[in-house]
Amino acid sequence: MELITYWISILPELGNGVINTLIMTFLAVSMSAVLAVILAMGRMYGPRIISTLCKWYIEFFRGTPLLAQLFIIYYGLPSWGLNFSSFTSAVLAFGLNSGAYVAEYLRGAVQSIDKGQMTAGLAMGMTKFTAIRKIILPQALRFVIPPWSNDVIYTLKYTSIAFLVGAQELMSKAKIIASFNFRFIDTFVFVAIIYLILVLLLTLFFNWLERKLKIPGFEIKN
Amino acid sequence: MIEYLPGLFRGVIVTIKLGFSFFIFGFVVGNIIAIGQVYGNKFISLFCAGFAWVFRSLPALVILYLWYFGFNLSPFLAAVLALGLRTAAYQSQFFRGAIQSIARGQMTAARSLGMSKLRAVVKIIMPQMLRLSLPYISNEYAITIKDTSLAFAIGVVEILKEGRLIITVLHNPMDIFMIIAVIYLIITRGGTYLLSLLEKHYRIPGFEISN
Repeated sequence: MELITYWISILPELGNGVINTLIMTFLAVSMSAVLAVILAMGRMYGPRIISTLCKWYIEFFRGTPLLAQLFIIYYGLPSWGLNFSSFTSAVLAFGLNSGAYVAEYLRGAVQSIDKGQMTAGLAMGMTKFTAIRKIILPQALRFVIPPWSNDVIYTLKYTSIAFLVGAQELMSKAKIIASFNFRFIDTFVFVAIIYLILVLLLTLFFNWLERKLKIPGFEIKN
Repeated sequence: MIEYLPGLFRGVIVTIKLGFSFFIFGFVVGNIIAIGQVYGNKFISLFCAGFAWVFRSLPALVILYLWYFGFNLSPFLAAVLALGLRTAAYQSQFFRGAIQSIARGQMTAARSLGMSKLRAVVKIIMPQMLRLSLPYISNEYAITIKDTSLAFAIGVVEILKEGRLIITVLHNPMDIFMIIAVIYLIITRGGTYLLSLLEKHYRIPGFEISN
């Protein structure tokens, strides 16, 4: 019972953190979505040099830890004259990182679409760009929802490392509260429950989204 | 700068040690969880599914803090338990998927030949399941190696921490971070390459996952 009253007493403060976590996730995910489309299309349909650059970008961001990328942006870039606040650095790191992952999912989705559709589009007199925009992307973006939703949940979970560069979010609030009250376990169990609820809500939302956007008969076959 | 490289090298060793500990811990526990979830009775199955869900949904850092502050473990042990359980949860789900893609008749056939359930799992199901899950395993290997960097947060002196220490002296963050990034790329890429060789070596022609 005492534990419940403690949890209620720290809820308002943690609630602020939750809001920051959600804002951070939302910004990073939006950035990642735009970046992923550019990277995936660049890698598949771009001229050789752009394709190679996109590939290197993806390799770099998928092959190194997110924490190292965050440190590069927050501690490293200032030596090149680029200063970002801890919050901006975190959003940039999560967005740039997640963009690389989502680009690969998107590439997988595009490759599962029959090549003949692109040929047909070109034969109808569409430009490559129009064919991508009108034919390929609407299908690929639907196919990519399940892996993409996983990535959004990943991003939500990984925002917790933003506090290592001092950004204000759920984890940093929890750390402050825990040290102040000297109740680490009680606080972090509550934080764990909050994260579980957030992940559950996101999962439900994406299941709904997937159902809503489904075109009957055009699912990926297993 | 050369004189600081041994420090980085020590960090690399710690990172590799951490990564392999997580990975092996996760592999063993992941197998147990997957088999428990598929073949266990209702209670065990539900418990395994719950375990996998919780540890896949929690941020690695939260699990790390719970072990570290909750049980007064050494940073290294807390990291192995926390991140090991995280990867166990993910690996268990690949294994479970692989088990469920193996035709049910095989289990029935083994049982009708008089094998015990455990023997059938070890002799018939697991050899196929491990082959089928190799591609996912190699992906998870890269993730575990990258997750070792989180141990930084509870004070394990791995490569990222060694790097930060050098930076406080030399004030050349970009150089050090780039070296670290390249080292990570080599460890992750090298490992996934070796695992792809393993995958080729153990492939049984005609028994790949059909799409």
